[in-house]
Amino acid sequence: MRERRLVPRLALVLGFAFLYGPILSMIVFSFNNSRLVTVWDAAHSPTLKWYGALLHNEQILGAAWLSIRIAVVAASVAVVLGTLAGTALARLGAFRGRLLLAGMVTAPIVMPEVITGLSLLLMFVALGQLIGWPKGVGALTITLAHITFCMAYVTVVVQSRLAGFDESLEEAAMDLGARPARVFFRITLPLILPAIVSGWLLAFTLSWDDLVITQFVAGPGSSTLPMVIFSKVRFGVTPDVNALATIMVLLVATGVAISTVWMRYRERRRARDLQLAAAANL
Amino acid sequence: MARLTSAAGRRLIAGIPTGWLLLLFLVPFIIVFRISFSEVRLAIPPYTPLLTFRHGSPALELHWSAYQFLFTDPLYVSSYLYSLKVAAVSTLCCLALGYPMAYAIAHAGSATRPVLLMLIVLPFWTSFLLRVYAWIGLLKNNGVINNLLMSLGVIHHPLALLQTDFAVYIGIVYSYLPFMILPLYANLEKHDAALLEAAADLGARPARAFLRITVPQSFPGIVAGSLLVFIPAVGEYVIPTLLGRTDQLMIGRVLSDEFFENRDWPVASAVAILILLLLVVPILLFQRYQRRELEGAR
Repeated sequence: MRERRLVPRLALVLGFAFLYGPILSMIVFSFNNSRLVTVWDAAHSPTLKWYGALLHNEQILGAAWLSIRIAVVAASVAVVLGTLAGTALARLGAFRGRLLLAGMVTAPIVMPEVITGLSLLLMFVALGQLIGWPKGVGALTITLAHITFCMAYVTVVVQSRLAGFDESLEEAAMDLGARPARVFFRITLPLILPAIVSGWLLAFTLSWDDLVITQFVAGPGSSTLPMVIFSKVRFGVTPDVNALATIMVLLVATGVAISTVWMRYRERRRARDLQLAAAANL
Repeated sequence: MARLTSAAGRRLIAGIPTGWLLLLFLVPFIIVFRISFSEVRLAIPPYTPLLTFRHGSPALELHWSAYQFLFTDPLYVSSYLYSLKVAAVSTLCCLALGYPMAYAIAHAGSATRPVLLMLIVLPFWTSFLLRVYAWIGLLKNNGVINNLLMSLGVIHHPLALLQTDFAVYIGIVYSYLPFMILPLYANLEKHDAALLEAAADLGARPARAFLRITVPQSFPGIVAGSLLVFIPAVGEYVIPTLLGRTDQLMIGRVLSDEFFENRDWPVASAVAILILLLLVVPILLFQRYQRRELEGAR
């Protein structure tokens, strides 16, 4: 048995070193004084000067603000559309157009981004000529594009959550005389709320992070944060990007830690409620 | 819920997302397909119309020039083959590293398993672009790896690591590893330990039992993980642009350059259509897997 465990364990250790090594090196070098980035200037490091430079970089701050606004709108609309699509696929049985919806909704997940980006831009251009809307490309077309690929992920998350529950709760509420809308808001929605929350976070991250599709559908004056970073790092390493990366990693790590603790708390409360209910029945 | 909602409600629930995707996913592809049969011209939009009216009657004008161009210019053919090679090698490397990792997680204790899974997913939540960028600092001539090896005396001149095939493989494996591990883990976790015990009772050595029982059973997970890496890797743009060679472009970069640098919309569209033709079978396979996963979960 031991020989069988050794190889996987070793792979796990190596794999985690591979996954986290580059991120750690980025964090370490964000405190490096040298402009050469990867040459450690022991005499003047650690320093926070790149963090200070970041706070005064109007271009990066403006791009980050635009990215946040787009990601919030895109994630919120994607959650509504993705929840509808996930509900349709998990609960409506065999309806007309089911195969079409199922096919279209999973395709953006694997589709090479250059193709999605190109096709969306050509569609916006064609639409603009046909009906005069949208007028040029910019934040609006970026948001529309982001909604489209984000909703695919939300659909998958919501659909798999719904597939884990049978319909008896909803049917029971119906038998008790609740109207469909009421059943949805009182029964179905609370059940899939964790999926909606994680779907929103996933959509926000994907939108915040996207470069390739965004580059196609962006216009002058609508540079998102990934576009600014890409144009900076395309020609080499720049120290303030290390500082930016460190801030983003810290934010994500904090967010994940908080959500893990919250999920644990919810699970524990649920288990306690179930125990209480069982005790009350005795 | 089939009987719970009114017919109008059902139409709305399915109809709104379907309508959105028709307009922003399917129609765009049709437009790309259409423009790939046009010719480039100096106008707005920069391509010839498909339908022209001559003497009052409509005439269909199909141009094959974009496709002809792609098949006769060796640059495009080699970009295609190179992209396929890069995607295939990266997928195999991902599998070689990801399979034992997924196996180890599936066999970990129930308390450590969620922690390990979280550690696999965590990098995915941080910026993809910045994770690829991190490798520039590691791989370049005066980067971390070369500095380390030189200070240890292993090498005396920096190794050329950046702008090589190797750097692209590293970048793709690094970025897509979670996509390989998660479906493999979902599959390996469901395996019945009794089968392996039975094999051991019948005298099979662990390695043989692994090859004859575990590997064939995990085949759906292997296929799903490999497709999730291979399909996007073929069209990858960021990784080869930041880490890859400058003398051999991948096809995603070619598409982008045709569009942005040469402003040749018909050729860019034809490149997109040919990538899609290449990927239509893998994409359909992936969708079949995805449907089975989501609908068999009950």
